[in-house]
Amino acid sequence: MVKYIIKRLILLIPVLLGVSIMVFVVMHVFQADPASIILGQHATAEQIEKLRQELGLNNPLYVQYWDFLKGALQGDLGSSLITKTPVVKEILSRFPATIELALAAIIIASIFGISIGVISAVKQNSIVDYIGMVFALLGVSMPIFWLGLILIVIFAVQMHLLPVAGRIQIGLEPAHITGFYLIDSLLTGNMASFKSALSHIILPAVALGSYSTAIIARMTRSTMLEIIGQDYIRTARAKGLVEKVVILQHALRNALIPIITVIGLQLGSLLGGAVLTETVFSWPGVGSYTVEAILKSDYPVVQGAVILLAVVFVLVNLAVDLLYAYLDPRIKYS
Amino acid sequence: MELNREENVMLEGGVEKTSSPWRNIWSELVKNKAAMVGLSIIVILILIALFGKYLMPYDPNTGVLAESLQKPSSAHIFGTDEQGRDIFSRIIDGTKISLRVGITAVAIALTAGIIFGSFAGYYGGKIDMYIMRLMDIILAFPSLLLAIAFMSALGKGIDKAIIAISIVTIPEYARIVRGSILSVKENEYVQAAKAIGNNDMGIIFKHILPNVMSPIIVRATLGISTAILETSALGFLGLGIQPPQAEWGSMLGAGRGYFYNAPHIVLFPGIAITITVLAFNLFGDGLRDALDPKLRK
Repeated sequence: MVKYIIKRLILLIPVLLGVSIMVFVVMHVFQADPASIILGQHATAEQIEKLRQELGLNNPLYVQYWDFLKGALQGDLGSSLITKTPVVKEILSRFPATIELALAAIIIASIFGISIGVISAVKQNSIVDYIGMVFALLGVSMPIFWLGLILIVIFAVQMHLLPVAGRIQIGLEPAHITGFYLIDSLLTGNMASFKSALSHIILPAVALGSYSTAIIARMTRSTMLEIIGQDYIRTARAKGLVEKVVILQHALRNALIPIITVIGLQLGSLLGGAVLTETVFSWPGVGSYTVEAILKSDYPVVQGAVILLAVVFVLVNLAVDLLYAYLDPRIKYS
Repeated sequence: MELNREENVMLEGGVEKTSSPWRNIWSELVKNKAAMVGLSIIVILILIALFGKYLMPYDPNTGVLAESLQKPSSAHIFGTDEQGRDIFSRIIDGTKISLRVGITAVAIALTAGIIFGSFAGYYGGKIDMYIMRLMDIILAFPSLLLAIAFMSALGKGIDKAIIAISIVTIPEYARIVRGSILSVKENEYVQAAKAIGNNDMGIIFKHILPNVMSPIIVRATLGISTAILETSALGFLGLGIQPPQAEWGSMLGAGRGYFYNAPHIVLFPGIAITITVLAFNLFGDGLRDALDPKLRK
């Protein structure tokens, strides 16, 4: 197993190098001149040229990439053109917010997705099944940013049940331990912070998790239907086991391997969706920071954030692969 | 789609009757009510895109500021936006943009995916390795994030949105085509085509591809819905189609600042996106069932 993990990690190196080259080339070949962006509209040609020299932008592209790569390997992804702060510092300070939101979304999606899928499969072709599957179909067809806006209108603006936006009420931020507000507030026993953080995360997590809920529900239903028709389930029923035990302990347990894989893959894709959800809910994570940087043409930030999110995406997908191989005894490590 | 002639020869009442594979697929598809609902909505959307200008009660890009943010009424059935423009007319106008971007982006990605996937699958070896590693790199990004990165570099606009969305979806098609080609390239009919002296391009495009099209068609149909969702996401973030042109996602993005007081401003464009995406999903699912012999009853 260890050998297999090392082999997979080594295979990641060319992919990650390719990721960095692709982002670097896209940003440098097509992007507007960073020197002009920094100096603004009124800069003279001489001023722009001088800054280009200073930033090394007149060097050949491969030299610029090599400098970038050397920096990246030492944890330096450059500085923001606007705020001048190091990109890595800015991204890392926002990263826990994105991860916390993605985890909350996947937890909600797993609970609802598996429940809907199991109920639909058990009650196949009933009204409950149809409602569940219509819900799943809507989940994959609705834009998550639109669902976010609708949830805000209903639960925040009309019913005043939950906050409109943000991560926590100002002044209630818990002491920094992990960076996850929900965990930090529990660890410090600060229930006011916990309540505020929880009420703030519900709507964005539901919106972000809606697509995944639908995918997990469809996957659970089809896997459960396949399993329910098998001989060992018939045997379990013939033994006189209660239906609940047959479904939950015999069928669902065996359906969990593909379901867990889908959940893992969804966790990766939530990183892309976070860009939209964070923008809708003014959630102070990497996604909303990236969008802000794009609109301000702050290319080192965009470059750093995209590379970092791609690295996390690749690592999450690798972890899912490994988990799948671990859970399914039929898969051999090679 | 391995629908050989033999499979399409049916014995009915002792008389041999030949039916085309497409007719078989259509007869399967017609039985699927959900797929038919999806197809009907798609046809209606295409008609709206083609003849929408006759349905628009107002100019979609011109508004009267004094009439801004009006709720739905008999004068403006979907209400007006922040610039006093008729939302119904803008949604009608936006239909052609959404369909155009969705269909064009998939067509480009599909063409590139077929070329890359065919070469990788047919030639194997180093060509396969280089092409598929490039595809792996593109797949290493969450697709929306990569599209956003491309848009930030290429600049805003409809053509750039099409390019960005096409690039990020090429690997999906390339993988499917490669896998399908690998599964049939040792078949006898391919060997026979080689033996009678066909060149590689002829074998790939005339003999192999027509036989592996079904998963590709299904993926492309479902891909249109993904492309429409991604276009609307780019529009929402202010990176896609630029004002004053009506596009559903950018209508939602522009309406964000006003939706507390005028929820209708975001309600209708969102419903339009959902119905369109739903239609392609229903049709794509139905097509998959009709093309997959294992799922046939």
